[in-house]
Amino acid sequence: MLYGIRLEYFLILATLMFFVGIYGFLTRRNLITMLMSVELILNAVNIQFVAFNRYLFPDKLEGHFFSLIVVAVAAAEAAVAIAIIINIYRHFTSINVEDVDEMKY
Amino acid sequence: MGDFSFAYSIWIPLIPFFTFILLGLAGHILKPRLAGIIGTTALGVIFVMSLYTAYQYFFVYGMVDGVYQKIIAYNTTWLQFTDTLHIHMGVILDPISVMMLVVVTTVSFMVHLYSIGYMHGELGFERFFAFLSLFSFAMLGLVVATNIFQMYIFWELVGVSSYLLIGFYYQKPSAVAASKKAFIVTRFADLGFLIGILILSYITGTFDFITITDPNGAAIHQGSGTAFLGLSVMTWAVLLIFIGGAGKSAMFPLHIWLPDAMEGPTPVSALIHAATMVVAGVYLVARLFPVYYFSAPEALHVIAYVGGFTSLFAAVIACTQLDIKRILAFSTLSQIGYMMLALGVSGWGDHEGVGFMAGNFHLFTHAMFKALLFLGSGAIIHAVHSNYMNEMGGLRKYLPITHLTFLIACLTIAGIPPFSGFFSKDEILVAAYHHDKVLFFVEYFVAGLTAFYMFRLYFSVFWGKEPHYHHKPHEAPATMTIPLIFLALASIFTGFIPFTELVTTDGVPFHAHIDWGIALPSIGIGVLGILGAMVMYRRETNLPEKMAANLKYLYRWSYNKFYIDEVYLFITKKIIFRYISRPVAWFDRHMVDGAMNGMAGLTNLISFKIRGFQSGQVQKYAFVFVTGALALALVFIYLWTN
Repeated sequence: MLYGIRLEYFLILATLMFFVGIYGFLTRRNLITMLMSVELILNAVNIQFVAFNRYLFPDKLEGHFFSLIVVAVAAAEAAVAIAIIINIYRHFTSINVEDVDEMKY
Repeated sequence: MGDFSFAYSIWIPLIPFFTFILLGLAGHILKPRLAGIIGTTALGVIFVMSLYTAYQYFFVYGMVDGVYQKIIAYNTTWLQFTDTLHIHMGVILDPISVMMLVVVTTVSFMVHLYSIGYMHGELGFERFFAFLSLFSFAMLGLVVATNIFQMYIFWELVGVSSYLLIGFYYQKPSAVAASKKAFIVTRFADLGFLIGILILSYITGTFDFITITDPNGAAIHQGSGTAFLGLSVMTWAVLLIFIGGAGKSAMFPLHIWLPDAMEGPTPVSALIHAATMVVAGVYLVARLFPVYYFSAPEALHVIAYVGGFTSLFAAVIACTQLDIKRILAFSTLSQIGYMMLALGVSGWGDHEGVGFMAGNFHLFTHAMFKALLFLGSGAIIHAVHSNYMNEMGGLRKYLPITHLTFLIACLTIAGIPPFSGFFSKDEILVAAYHHDKVLFFVEYFVAGLTAFYMFRLYFSVFWGKEPHYHHKPHEAPATMTIPLIFLALASIFTGFIPFTELVTTDGVPFHAHIDWGIALPSIGIGVLGILGAMVMYRRETNLPEKMAANLKYLYRWSYNKFYIDEVYLFITKKIIFRYISRPVAWFDRHMVDGAMNGMAGLTNLISFKIRGFQSGQVQKYAFVFVTGALALALVFIYLWTN
């Protein structure tokens, strides 16, 4: 049944997810939401890896493994990012990204 | 030459060098007196070595087939640039260099000995001896130079040691100014010397003195054809070299540093600014004499007239000065003028070359009696603590030894027989008489002036009215009087050295007799000068004032040294500084610095304008980043699809 779905659909889905992530990252002011957007971007790429691997090189596994690594790194990144966000909240009593602008000039 | 080796003579310059290193590095550990003794002993050793060398050269091995040879006693390649261009360091022995070895070591030894007494208790006693050793090393290295490059190196070294010693009392602003003046003026002249060396070695293809000065060689005749402003290339080269010599020997108009150099300690004036370093210019001309004579006779005329003019000019100034060391300084100028003139009027070979012989002879005798005069004046200054003649008088009772030796020196410089100055000055007058009558009468007149101003000094200091001394003047210690006595004996007897048989243009001895037709009038004018001084200064009279009033303008110009210093100041301050240095400084400050500052300012300005981009807003950064990435992606897509 899976074979009935063409590669292009996977790519369209991944592209949509990617740009939704980019859009969210650029427009949302909430740090948690921005983190979620980053997860969207990462997972869009994961979909592409897996789809390309499955459709173009069915007898190879590099794409699958790469997406597994991305998942693992994304988990670690989420942990670190949330720790940072907690610290930012303690410092600024806000998780609005526009309040975090001390690194200017 | 036999199998005798002169190679040991390399130690004559090297021993003072090691003394300099020792005293310079370890001097502050040693007791001052020990430092003085070390320096003096080293000079004593090389003094004996020089006398031994002179004996071996002149009387045993130097002459082959009736001609004094030029012996390369030691030679080593110091710098090898290419196969054909290398610079040697070595020792040349020929009549003039051996003579100079004796002069330099004798005077230097005497001055070292004298300084132990004179500089006793001064701050920097061991430093003084270290510098004296450095000077001795440099001067001896200059004298024995086998090539013109080695000479130039040591030439600058004597300049440096002269600078260091003039500025010995570095707390005294006038001494510092004098040392700077001496260094800058001589260094300015050395620029001419350096250019001259470059032209000379370029056209002859060698630095080596023996090759350049061989009258039958090819090198000496190079560059005689091509002309610039009517003079041959060779003439220009040797004239430029003479500028260096004129700077070091303080010939007009580069003489201004020498009177000021008297700010240094008196032994230094005796050693450097009377006997040895200032005659380096004479030695240089003598060393290159064949080149001057055969390839550039015009340059020789220039030398003769510069020398003649300087001797007259300085003698006139010396008549009116009051500082005894300055009188001696102008007298030195005048006497060096004599030597230059003698070289300038000289011919080649036998009696024609009498001027060359006389110039060197006078160099020799002058070194002895002028060192004696300076050391004597040092003893006087030591006794009365003043440089000024009008604060002295009647000192003959207090300083008997100084008085006697000073009198001998004055008689010597006045050219009274049988003292040595008579013989050498007479030979110069003979040479001038046969060559150029104008110069002869100038020198004849200067001989009278010399006698006058020296005895003016003598009578004012030792006779005349006795001023009130704060404490009774006392005779100098033995370390100071022994050199005085030794040099007085040298002044008396060196006149009997048969120079005509030792130092000649072509190395062939000849015989000369005293030409009484010239000698008697010159004695006469000398005596006249002495009598004139005696009448005016022996007792206190109003004659000097009357004369000064009669010759009002001459007196005033002479007293102010013909305003040459003021002319220099005018040229440097009013013209060079104002019209060259200031615009250059302005260009540097406003154009060069302005370009740099402008660039920095522009960067600063742009930074202020664009720093707003660094807002600290993560999302703005991300937006720029994403936009850039997209733009790049579009570019790559565009490139790939085409």
